[in-house]
Amino acid sequence: MTKSELIEKLAAEQKHLSQADVDLAVRTIIEQMSAALSSGERIEIRGFGSFSLHFRPPRMGRNPKTGEAVALPGKHVPHFKPGKELRERVNAAAQAVQD
Amino acid sequence: MALTKADLANSLFEEVGLNKREAKEFVDAWFESIRDALEAGEHVKLSGFGNFQLRDKRQRPGRNPKTGEEIPISARRVVTFKPGQKLRGRVEAYAGPRE
Repeated sequence: MTKSELIEKLAAEQKHLSQADVDLAVRTIIEQMSAALSSGERIEIRGFGSFSLHFRPPRMGRNPKTGEAVALPGKHVPHFKPGKELRERVNAAAQAVQD
Repeated sequence: MALTKADLANSLFEEVGLNKREAKEFVDAWFESIRDALEAGEHVKLSGFGNFQLRDKRQRPGRNPKTGEEIPISARRVVTFKPGQKLRGRVEAYAGPRE
């Protein structure tokens, strides 16, 4: 499912909202979540999961073209931990298909 | 202080102009739609944010850390999140505490 498919689905469900409102609401949610993580704030959505930052320490890297060593600074990367309900639903559905 | 569904609903109220009930419903519908797609075995791609992917794990040996007893970890389907380039770039710039 892509973002535009998700927008279509939400628009079909929330018929009282205009298409413009649905588009803006989706952009607002994504921007709000990105902005929180970019400022080091965690995101906690019960039943879905939490997003936090993990730190990657500085390391020596290599330019793959020239083989030259380059010092890479430490950085933060986003990390997602699925919540209990999401974990259980996804796994239960997968088991049901197998049986 | 972590970003929650209440914060997201509040920004839909303030920035999109949804009323409080619509805003709360929209945020719930957003996360529920993503859970539904993942439960149905679909990957979810949110351009500008990242992709939620599914991985099928085979059974592997595990151990009860308290008793040291060996117990197999059953085969399961798990959700992983791969942040998009835009989000990774924004988060990399964060220079806060190293967690």
